[in-house]
Amino acid sequence: MKIFLALLVCIPLVFTSCGEDNDDNLVASANVSFKFSHKWDNTTINSSNLTTETVTNANGEVISMTRIRYLISGLQLVNSDGTTYSFDGYKFTDLEDETTYNFTPEINNIPTGIYTLKFIWGFSEEDNIDGEYLDLNSASWNWPTMLGGGYHFLQFDGMYNVDTIPSPFNYHNGTARVSMGVFEQNYASIEPETPINITSNAIININMNIAEFFKTPNTWDLNVLNTPLMPNYDAQKMMQENVLSVFSIDGVTQ
Amino acid sequence: MKNRIIYLLLIIFVWSCSKENASDTETYEPTPLPLSIPQIFLENIIPPVIPNNNPQTVEGVALGKKLFFDTKLSGDQTMACASCHAPQNAFTDNIPTSIGIDGDFGNRNSMPIYNLAWNYGERFTWDGKELSLERQALEPVENPVEMHSDWDDVIDRLQSDAEYPELFRLAFKTNTITKELTAKAIAQFERTLISANSKFDNYSLGQATVTPQEQNGFNVFMDEERGDCFHCHGNTNNPLWTDNIFHNNGLDTTFADLGLGGVTGDSNDNGKFKSPSLRNLAYTAPYMHDGRFETLEEVIEFYSSGLQQSSTIDPLMKKVDEGGVNLSMQDKADLKAFLLALSDPTFLANPDFQE
Repeated sequence: MKIFLALLVCIPLVFTSCGEDNDDNLVASANVSFKFSHKWDNTTINSSNLTTETVTNANGEVISMTRIRYLISGLQLVNSDGTTYSFDGYKFTDLEDETTYNFTPEINNIPTGIYTLKFIWGFSEEDNIDGEYLDLNSASWNWPTMLGGGYHFLQFDGMYNVDTIPSPFNYHNGTARVSMGVFEQNYASIEPETPINITSNAIININMNIAEFFKTPNTWDLNVLNTPLMPNYDAQKMMQENVLSVFSIDGVTQ
Repeated sequence: MKNRIIYLLLIIFVWSCSKENASDTETYEPTPLPLSIPQIFLENIIPPVIPNNNPQTVEGVALGKKLFFDTKLSGDQTMACASCHAPQNAFTDNIPTSIGIDGDFGNRNSMPIYNLAWNYGERFTWDGKELSLERQALEPVENPVEMHSDWDDVIDRLQSDAEYPELFRLAFKTNTITKELTAKAIAQFERTLISANSKFDNYSLGQATVTPQEQNGFNVFMDEERGDCFHCHGNTNNPLWTDNIFHNNGLDTTFADLGLGGVTGDSNDNGKFKSPSLRNLAYTAPYMHDGRFETLEEVIEFYSSGLQQSSTIDPLMKKVDEGGVNLSMQDKADLKAFLLALSDPTFLANPDFQE
């Protein structure tokens, strides 16, 4: 909210400075929105093939996927001069529902320029308030109070070893429980390095490579870590490390 | 976010009240009757779904209630909606699959009726075949193993009745009765069937206490290492106690009833059925889509040790290779105690819901 207010304060300043500028270098502005696509390495995964595609993870297990839902928040674009533009709200994505792939912030007008993207995987500790968001409650997205409460960041359910004897995995990520009653925040700050050149109204394309959840830096062995993982501190921290390489910038449409 | 929605609702509420008070003698309009949203829903979940073309009205709900209990809707005029959806059973019946007017049994357990306006995805019935409450209400009337009637006959009976044409005029400003208006009225009544006054609701609101056994049962429910019920059946922040979506919960290795797959035609959906709400289990036995389990003990034992592997089993049925989550005797008993604390006796006794 503070960042949002700061942004509101910035907007008149931008316009004021434009108004006083009598020559031709007016700063143009652009509306931005975000479009997320999802792949398993080079294979696009969407609602039509999520449950039918068979893939192999870095550790060699053959996998089928049943559902992938995830939460991100705190989207920011950082200008090359260091100015940060923050976008209100959070984005809850269900791969079965393609209407959830896109995100258009309520206030999304920024000056043209070169930016980098930052966002939060899940909710920051400040935002991860148990029961606070009615739409997420209605989606049963809550993280149990006994594990620190708040919300899931990821629910990735499927079967592994589908080529031999299939078994379920529930790769669910959220607050990490250190010990009974002691919790550790587990969100991640996602900061792809690829510069984003905004010249006019733009859709920023972001790709999620699902395979990376099992790959970097921790090669995930589903034969060992399958379910339950929510109360497993080490598994939760490994997920937090692996998510850092999941997202990348996939160009800008403008 | 929560406060913003509450304020919005308050504004809508105040606005609708002031509108109601405006003098309006020239053109008759039915009286709006907004759903009375329980505090525990208002504080936790998004507003209910009311179709724009079927707003709740005093007259519409009253008509829907009369129709719901009226045997005129069945072929031989012996059966009403309430025959299989009885108030004293939280609007279901107490047999595995329901019996129609010709003595034939259907293949599904009668679903209880409550909190249906909060079914955001608007897929109704065990297999998700019905895409709105209004459309659902059309189906049992002509189903040969249910009311086995004909809508034209039903409309004739209602149209020639001494009371109904005037009741339709009051509800819908026309005394020409149609099956669509009949279904709209029934849907309005069904949306008023709200159950949110269980012991556990009052505990969540800080107005009641639960026993240590019920508290441990809730912990079993919420513990991924024990019951792990919450991924499909809600939690204190989603007090519907269902996700309202479809899962294969591991009942069978092969499917006599395809469930959702029979509706979508997608073999990946075979064996999937709607997660029912866990409210009012004290009154809604037997359980599952085919009513195969007579008691809650059997249901809990099934999830504990009776899961069956199949091609579409939900991965949330995580210990299927061990038969289930293998709860201790104590945890099973405690889980049952917690589940029963989700039952709402005031829902059964509500005079607005009786014939």
